[in-house]
Amino acid sequence: MRSSANADRVAARLRRRYAAEKRFRAYGVAAIIIALGFLTVLLASIIADGYTAFVQTEVRLSLDLDPSVIDPSGKRDRADLSSADYAAVVHNALLARFPEASDRAARRRLFRLISQGADLEVRKLVLADPSIIGSRREMWLPMAASVDQLIKGNMARAPEKGGQFSERELAWIDALQADGSLKTRFNKWLFTGGDSRQPELAGLWGAVVGSFYSLLVTLALSFPLGVATAVYLEEFASRNRWTDLIEVNINNLAAVPSIVFGLLGLEIFLNVFELPRSSPLVGGLVLTLVSLPTIIIAARVSLKAVPPWIREAALGLGASRLQMVTHHVLPLAMPGILTGTIIGMARAIGETAPLLMIGMVAFIVDVPATPLDPATALPVQVYLWAASPERAFIERTSAAILVLLCFLAAMNATAIYLRKHFERRW
Amino acid sequence: MQFLTLVAVLALMSAAVYRMGRGRAQALAVTGVHRLHSLPSYYGYYVALWCGLPAVLLIAGWLSCEPYILRALVVGALPPEAKALPAARLSLLMNEVRQLAASGDFRFSSSPIATAAAEQYRVLRANSFGAMAVIALSLAIVGGFYGMRSISPKLRARNRVEAAVKVFLVASSTLAIFTTIGIVLSLLFESLLFFDKIPLTQFLFGLDWSPQTAMRADQVGASGSFGAVPLFTGTLLISVIAMLVAVPIGLLSAIYMAEYANPRFRSVAKPLLEMLAGIPTVVYGFFAVLAVAPFLRNLGQSIGIPIASESALATGLVMGVMIIPFISSLSDDVISAVPDSLRHGAYGLGATRSETIRQVVIPAALPGIIGGILLAVSRAIGETMIVVMAAGLSAHLTANPFASVTTVTVQIVSLLVGDQEFDSPKTLSAFALGLVLFLVTLALNVVALHVVRKYREKYD
Repeated sequence: MRSSANADRVAARLRRRYAAEKRFRAYGVAAIIIALGFLTVLLASIIADGYTAFVQTEVRLSLDLDPSVIDPSGKRDRADLSSADYAAVVHNALLARFPEASDRAARRRLFRLISQGADLEVRKLVLADPSIIGSRREMWLPMAASVDQLIKGNMARAPEKGGQFSERELAWIDALQADGSLKTRFNKWLFTGGDSRQPELAGLWGAVVGSFYSLLVTLALSFPLGVATAVYLEEFASRNRWTDLIEVNINNLAAVPSIVFGLLGLEIFLNVFELPRSSPLVGGLVLTLVSLPTIIIAARVSLKAVPPWIREAALGLGASRLQMVTHHVLPLAMPGILTGTIIGMARAIGETAPLLMIGMVAFIVDVPATPLDPATALPVQVYLWAASPERAFIERTSAAILVLLCFLAAMNATAIYLRKHFERRW
Repeated sequence: MQFLTLVAVLALMSAAVYRMGRGRAQALAVTGVHRLHSLPSYYGYYVALWCGLPAVLLIAGWLSCEPYILRALVVGALPPEAKALPAARLSLLMNEVRQLAASGDFRFSSSPIATAAAEQYRVLRANSFGAMAVIALSLAIVGGFYGMRSISPKLRARNRVEAAVKVFLVASSTLAIFTTIGIVLSLLFESLLFFDKIPLTQFLFGLDWSPQTAMRADQVGASGSFGAVPLFTGTLLISVIAMLVAVPIGLLSAIYMAEYANPRFRSVAKPLLEMLAGIPTVVYGFFAVLAVAPFLRNLGQSIGIPIASESALATGLVMGVMIIPFISSLSDDVISAVPDSLRHGAYGLGATRSETIRQVVIPAALPGIIGGILLAVSRAIGETMIVVMAAGLSAHLTANPFASVTTVTVQIVSLLVGDQEFDSPKTLSAFALGLVLFLVTLALNVVALHVVRKYREKYD
């Protein structure tokens, strides 16, 4: 009797233990699902918000390039042409399309539908070829951001649901849409323009160039310095207090918050060395400090992975230590070092906080021509646009994030490719 | 542009001189190969170093002194009424002069004094660049000649070149130390100025943070108050929420990856988890503002809890997700490093897998896991973009996760972005906050790295 009661107890306990085992396993699966679920939601919401920004609503207008409006003097002087009243050309075209908008209020509403930058497009066309003055031209011009949002379905039509347009304006928009002269086309402004207060004209190109210059400076400095440090620590230095100190410093710098590097940059590069504020040069210097520890640590790992007999063989054949390193060890470790460098660069391209400290957050319309011009960077542009209240900027912020993520994905894919195809294992 | 040309000319000269040096050494080698000490290319490098290095050093030194000398010259030439300005106004004037000179466009000049000074600054800078270029190029020529002349079969060119390279290696390895020194000095210098005006005890223990100092001395609320306790508690609150999200999820997924998952699942799930760490923090910030905070606010409304749209909860949640991969990958490493003999022992005693993990593997890996968690905490405290975008700006002393709090990093950013006066306590307080941030994260890192290293030694 007793033994069977015991057996029952053991069996019950075993069941409990197995249930606990299953539960524990389920927790692990749940944790992974939660983390990956968050990743999915994040990416999905950004893609859902952002993909529409890659197209922009444009209107086809038949422009009368009237010489009496553009160039009353008739001299075709470039200065005159570039300061001419192209807005009037655009407005006349709109009025010709909708003659019923005769009173002042109606005109103002009509003109509000088209982007304030539409006249710049006309100017570009005329300046490129002044001989077209006097002719008629069909042209696609950007609509205002509010119309764009309406067409993309991000804004309700009815005013009580947040729509911004009156019956009349909606009728105009519908009329344009009905005869095919209102279409969403590829958003070239997003990829060619600098920043703008008008969402429909705001572009990423200035930020991309700013990021490119910063990364160029970072790469030019952190790759040689990082490799040199790693080579010194792995191949030349003996273990003593001094090298211990260097190692502790590197490990700590890898974990120092990046904003502290920004404070260092503000104080040393801007206030002491008086380098130009907001410039990609200073941004690159700060990002060098941010990414150096990553590169050093990765380079040391790949130097360590080169087997010692390579070194012994080189030394045995009469190579000097430096020849051994430059002719044999470094080439073998290079794929790993490059992988680490790309990962460091990927960290640098997404870094925002230190750039805020050195003033790369200004509203800058011009695309920087040199690393000394004021500029922003891609993640900073995301931050700036995210602070803008317009619905159209939410869409563009998401698009900017998608562009940034594409760069990151490309860099990481390169790193993985290098690792898979060139890394040797012994 | 001019500068790049100068650098390019120097590089071309060095390259040319390298070929000449190598050629000369080869010619010597033809006459008697056994007498040449090094390979011919080392003679080339030797001459190229003599040609390029002095010029580069001169340019570096020149550029780092130039702003100060120019400034002194321009200030010295200012009319007496401008020289009599207080130091702060004078430095503003000099900033304007520099900007005017850099743009070359004097239309926006504020005063004729500034225009005149900017003209002078431009001329001086052009002269200075010309002088630098001439001296650098002549140094390069003289160095190149000297190098060429000293080529002889007995010259130990390789040893000399290698010594120079080694100096470069040593110098770049000290950069880490100089960076740390630079951080400490720049933070300390400005913080000491700050503590001159605001006592340290008020900063560390004061309960009220409102750094808005007035423009005029007689204005109401002219002196801001700088009690940083609300910032510390705000940072702590958000970090605690983040860790409450990140530690369980990170640790459990690490355990599953290391102990249960088959290699195929692991090879897919691990990189995906690490993608969370690769996403820039500004993206998390945007997501927190756009999706998480409104979602929580609506949720709170529907169940009757008021949740601020800049709540610590939303910020902490998103930050926690960002930190998951740090904890999971570090814990994964230490759990995998626990020797299998311990597991086999536990299995032999009849333990199930989860019992083995809970009672044998985790206790053995605990120091490493704690080290990883400490690193994650330091990461959470120093995280900037998420909190700048999603957390509040005004300081509240509260432990309510539904309320809006501000953090140390948010304040640093809001104090330093935009116009700054470099002697107002408002700007200086950002550096004091930065110093606190640096010291706290440094302490956490040192402890964490120590723990992790100790642990590694135990099982190696």
